Amino acid sequence: MSAVAFTGTSVMDIDAAKVRGAGSNVHFDKVSVAYGAHVVLHPLTLDIAPGEILAMIGPSGSGKTTALRAVAGFVRPASGRIRIGATDVTDLPPYERGLGMVVQNYALFPHMRVEDNVAFGLRAQGADKALIAERVKDALGTVGMSAFARRYPRELSGGQQQRVAIARALAVRPRVLLLDEPLSALDAQIRRNMVEEIARLHRSLPGLTILYVTHDQTEALTLADKIAIMRDGRVCSHGPTTELYRRPPNRFTAEFLGRANLLPVTVEEPVGSKGFATARHGDAVLTGAGRDEKAGDKSLLCIRPQHLSLTADSEHTNRIVGTLREVHWQGELTHLVLDVDGTPVRVSATKLPTALPEPGARVPLFFAPADTSLLPEDAGV
Amino acid sequence: MLVWSRPGRIVLWVLFALIFGVLFLAPLAVILLSSLADQWNGVLPNGLTTEHYADVVKGAAWNSVKASLITGFLASALALVSGTWAALSLRLQGDALKQLLGLLFFIPSAVPSVSVGLGLLVAFSHPPLLLNGTVAIVMIAHFVLISAFTFGNVSAGLARLSPDFEQVASSLGARPAYRLWHVTLPLLAPYLVAAFGLSFALSMGELGATVMVYPPGWVTLPVSIFSLTDRGDIFAGAALTMILVVATLVLLLGLERVTARATGS
Repeated sequence: MSAVAFTGTSVMDIDAAKVRGAGSNVHFDKVSVAYGAHVVLHPLTLDIAPGEILAMIGPSGSGKTTALRAVAGFVRPASGRIRIGATDVTDLPPYERGLGMVVQNYALFPHMRVEDNVAFGLRAQGADKALIAERVKDALGTVGMSAFARRYPRELSGGQQQRVAIARALAVRPRVLLLDEPLSALDAQIRRNMVEEIARLHRSLPGLTILYVTHDQTEALTLADKIAIMRDGRVCSHGPTTELYRRPPNRFTAEFLGRANLLPVTVEEPVGSKGFATARHGDAVLTGAGRDEKAGDKSLLCIRPQHLSLTADSEHTNRIVGTLREVHWQGELTHLVLDVDGTPVRVSATKLPTALPEPGARVPLFFAPADTSLLPEDAGV
Repeated sequence: MLVWSRPGRIVLWVLFALIFGVLFLAPLAVILLSSLADQWNGVLPNGLTTEHYADVVKGAAWNSVKASLITGFLASALALVSGTWAALSLRLQGDALKQLLGLLFFIPSAVPSVSVGLGLLVAFSHPPLLLNGTVAIVMIAHFVLISAFTFGNVSAGLARLSPDFEQVASSLGARPAYRLWHVTLPLLAPYLVAAFGLSFALSMGELGATVMVYPPGWVTLPVSIFSLTDRGDIFAGAALTMILVVATLVLLLGLERVTARATGS
C-alpha cells in the first residue's frame, strides 16, 4: 500500500460544521429486529452524539451488524424507532437517510473508474457537474488518492480500494458514516496503518458521526470515543472507551476488551472515600477500585496483564505470588503465564529482570490499586 | 485429474482426439464439404463449387436467413427482458414462492418443442386469440422455449452478485431505478450477454415447434434446411446450414467482444 496518509482539506473542514448543525446524532429507541420468531437484536436504546465515533464490538452473531443495518435501512425493526438528528428515519428507505456506508469488501463498482465511484452518490442525487467535480477532487484528496482517479478498482491494492470506498462515502457529505468491519479484509500491517489514518481523518472532520462495527477490539480502542459491547443481541456494556477499558462493568466486557486477569476475591471493606475497596484473595489482602460492593461479597479483581510488574515500587502496593508456568517471548513483549492459587494470570512485560525465574519458580507480582477494578463475580453480562 | 506418466497422457490425448473428431468435427466437416461439393459419389467430393451458396443467397432461402435472425433477435430480447425481470422480482420473494415460480419458469424447457408448438397451435387458433398463421406465433414459440434459459442464467448471475453493491448504492442516495440501471444491470452484464447469446443460439437452431406453427413467408433457416434435405437437396441444405452456423458464431463472438469492452475485462 502506498504510504499516503489521509489529509484533511479545507472544504471538508467547513462542511464538518455544517454536518454537525444538521443534526447528526443517532438515537436508537428500543429498537429490536427479528427474523420470524428469532430475535437477533433485543430492544436497544442507545445514543451516538454528533461527531462521536461509536464502535460496536462483539463476537459473531451478537447483533452489531444488524444494528448498523437497521440504521442504514436494510433491515426493518420489529419494534422501536431510529432517529438521525431530528428525523425519524425508521420508515424511510435507505436512499433518503443521508448516510455514507463502507463495507468489508469495499463494494467499489468494478465497471466505474475511481472518480466515477466517488461521484456515484452525487450523480444519483442529481448534483450539478461543477459540484460533483469539486467534491470528487476534495474527497480523493482527503484520502490521498487523487493520483488514482482514472484507475479502475481492479488496478488498486486492498488498502487503496478501502480509501476510495471511504472517499465515496464522504463525497455525499453524509450525516452519519457507517463503517461495517471496514478493515477486516486487509492484512495486519495495512490494517494498523488504516486505523491510524481513519483516526486522522476523523480529526480533520470532527463533525462527522461514525458508527463503526468491528470484532477487532484494537480498532475499537484506537478509534472510538465510546464503545458498545454486544452479546447475544444485547448491549452488555456501553460507555467511554477508556472508562470501559479501565473499569469494565462485567466479566464479558473485561475479557472481550483487551486481555484481563480476573482474580476471585472476597470483599472485606467496601469502597471508601477514595473509591477503593479492600478484598482478600487467599492470604493476600488487596486494594482495588470498587463500586458498590459490600463486605463479604464475592467479586473478581480485574488486572490487565501490562499492569502487573515483577518488581515492587511505591505505587505497586498490591502483591500476589504465583508459580511461573510459561514464558512466551514475542519481540516487543514477553508474556509470562503464572498460576496464582489455581487462577491463570498473564503478565505482559516490555522489560524483564536480567535473571528471569525458571518455570516452576514462585514469583511475586505487584500492581497498583488504581490499575484494578472490582466487578461482580456471577454476572456474565 | 492429473496424469503424470507420458504414456498415460498420450492415451488420453488420443481418446480426446477420437471423441472430439468423430462426434464434433466429422459431422461439421461433412456439412462443410457437402456445401462446397460439386458432386459427391466417393469418399470425398468429386469437385468443389460455391454454386450452392450463390443459389441460396439468390433464392428464397435468403429470406430464411432474415426470418431466423429477426426471430432470434426479437425472441431473445423479449426472453432477456422477461427473464431478467422475473429473476430480479423472484429475488425479493420468500424461499417457497421463489422455488415454485422458478420451477414454473423452467417447465417449457422440459416439454418437447413439438409439443410446445402443438399446444400453441391449438391455443391460438380460435378467437379472440387467433394468432395461427402469423409471425407472432413463431415469436411466442421461440420465447416460450428459450425464456427458461435466460431466467436461469440471470438468476445464477444475481445469486453471485454481492448485496453490498446495491446496498452501498442505496445508502449513497441511489433510488431503485437509478441503482438498477447504473449498478445492478452493469454488474450483471456478462450474465445478460451470455443469456442473450444462448437464447439466440437456441432460437437460431429451433425446429420442432417452428415447423408446427410457421406461416407462409416466415420460413426460418432450420425449417428451410429441413425442407431442402427432405426433398433430397442435400448440398443446398448444407450451404444453408453453414450460413446458419457462421451467422450465429459471428453474432456470439461480437457479443462477447462488446461485453469484454463494456466490463473492461
